[in-house]
Amino acid sequence: MSGLSNSGVIGVLDLQGGVQEHLDHLQRLGVASRPVKRAEELAALAGLIIPGGESTCLSRLLTIFGLREAIEERWRQGLQLWGTCAGAILLARENAGETPFFGLIDITVSRNAFGSQMDSFNCEALAPAVAREPIPLTFIRAPKILRAGPGVRVLLELDGYIAAAEDDRALVTIFHPELTPSLAFHRYFARKCGLRVAEADDAALDPAWTPQSWTRFSYHS
Amino acid sequence: MAENRYLLNAQLAQMLKGGVIMDVVTVEQAQIAQEAGAVAVMALERVPADIRKQGGVARMSDPGLIKAIKEAVTIPVMAKARIGHFVEAQILQALKIDYIDESEVLTPADEECHIDKSQFAIPFVCGARNLGEAARRIAEGAAMIRTKGEAGTGNVVEAVRHMRTMNREIRQLAAMPAEEIMIFAKANGIPYELALEIKKLGRLPVVNFAAGGIATPADAALMMQLGCDGVFVGSGIFKSSDPTLRARAIVKATAYYNDPAKLLEVSMDLGEPMAGLDVATLPSTERLASRGW
Repeated sequence: MSGLSNSGVIGVLDLQGGVQEHLDHLQRLGVASRPVKRAEELAALAGLIIPGGESTCLSRLLTIFGLREAIEERWRQGLQLWGTCAGAILLARENAGETPFFGLIDITVSRNAFGSQMDSFNCEALAPAVAREPIPLTFIRAPKILRAGPGVRVLLELDGYIAAAEDDRALVTIFHPELTPSLAFHRYFARKCGLRVAEADDAALDPAWTPQSWTRFSYHS
Repeated sequence: MAENRYLLNAQLAQMLKGGVIMDVVTVEQAQIAQEAGAVAVMALERVPADIRKQGGVARMSDPGLIKAIKEAVTIPVMAKARIGHFVEAQILQALKIDYIDESEVLTPADEECHIDKSQFAIPFVCGARNLGEAARRIAEGAAMIRTKGEAGTGNVVEAVRHMRTMNREIRQLAAMPAEEIMIFAKANGIPYELALEIKKLGRLPVVNFAAGGIATPADAALMMQLGCDGVFVGSGIFKSSDPTLRARAIVKATAYYNDPAKLLEVSMDLGEPMAGLDVATLPSTERLASRGW
């Protein structure tokens, strides 16, 4: 990573989806953050979160105004990426039955692999590299990671599918840590971006978090 | 309904924020909408402009059509049930679509009661003209709110009115001393506990989209700048002269709602928008927004 260009700020791609939820979690963790809508806003970021939303919508918007090339360029220069849910689909090298988008991490995903909204669910699981305690997980019309290639480390495997994985340059989760009180994955990503955050390795449950916490970052004035 | 299920349902709406939900009446339209970047489609037999034109009783669409659309796209599929028609809602839940719109666009089945949405596992979105209406729907179990606007007119004036009304009432509530909240809640038909929560948050506790009369990229961006979390476009896309172009432009305008240079770029050369109706000339019996209570 080029130390000079790393401002210690993590960006959240602000085109569509759970943007405010990630900004809220980063602020709770004490990490500087900013929404990213334009290519120039990628400058000097340590990391970029591509949030959940709809992957077709995000891919179209990323292509139209040149953000796709700008993100690829910054990734080549050392920008760390984290895709949650739809973001993971966009980062995957293979997308079952569809054309991959960024293709920056050697995994195969399958979109909307659990069924309809009525198959969305919560659970708890232990991802030892991320936290020593089980953490709450929220899956909303989630994809599945079906395969992780050489060089990709599996961080969490559930019933026959991979739920979180990483390589040296990207993190992917098919669930939404930003929709739970746990800051553990945000802490993990911040460290991956070379930022200094608390030494702790617990589940990092923020007692002040509520399901409405995101509203403080909503567009309302 | 389990509390955790309600939360998951409200959170799906959060994942739709900043997006455009499009009305579609065929599989082909659903695919065009998905390809254009819609975050969800509303599957129905007739768009509101045609319901308005043809008159008669408008009901839930044929589940066969909704099922075909569900199978053709990977984005969430919504469908409409009549206000108060809890059996239409049961059928849509059995079909396992992603969201039900308890909608004033269809002919109400009950002129007193809305559906008790708390009894369902499937999420509901409901229309509202003001804060009281929004809060009553949330109390009944709606996981997402939208303005009613005046559907099928291509005229954004009513959606603007409804959003401005909600914003004004939220500001009033936020500035109110504690002892006035009960009387404000009583006067506006707002459940007291929800009034306290809305006061604390300074907005609705769930996602609030714009709907009803949005026909251009500028309309969508207007509603976003007024504080909506996303946009429904009903007749506005497939009643225009070039649906693909217009759908893409409205998606872009919703994402870049605050960037006039980009709004200019996406607003050019879109062909004819849907024909519009002056809401002021509509007799009160033809105003869909007055359905629901």
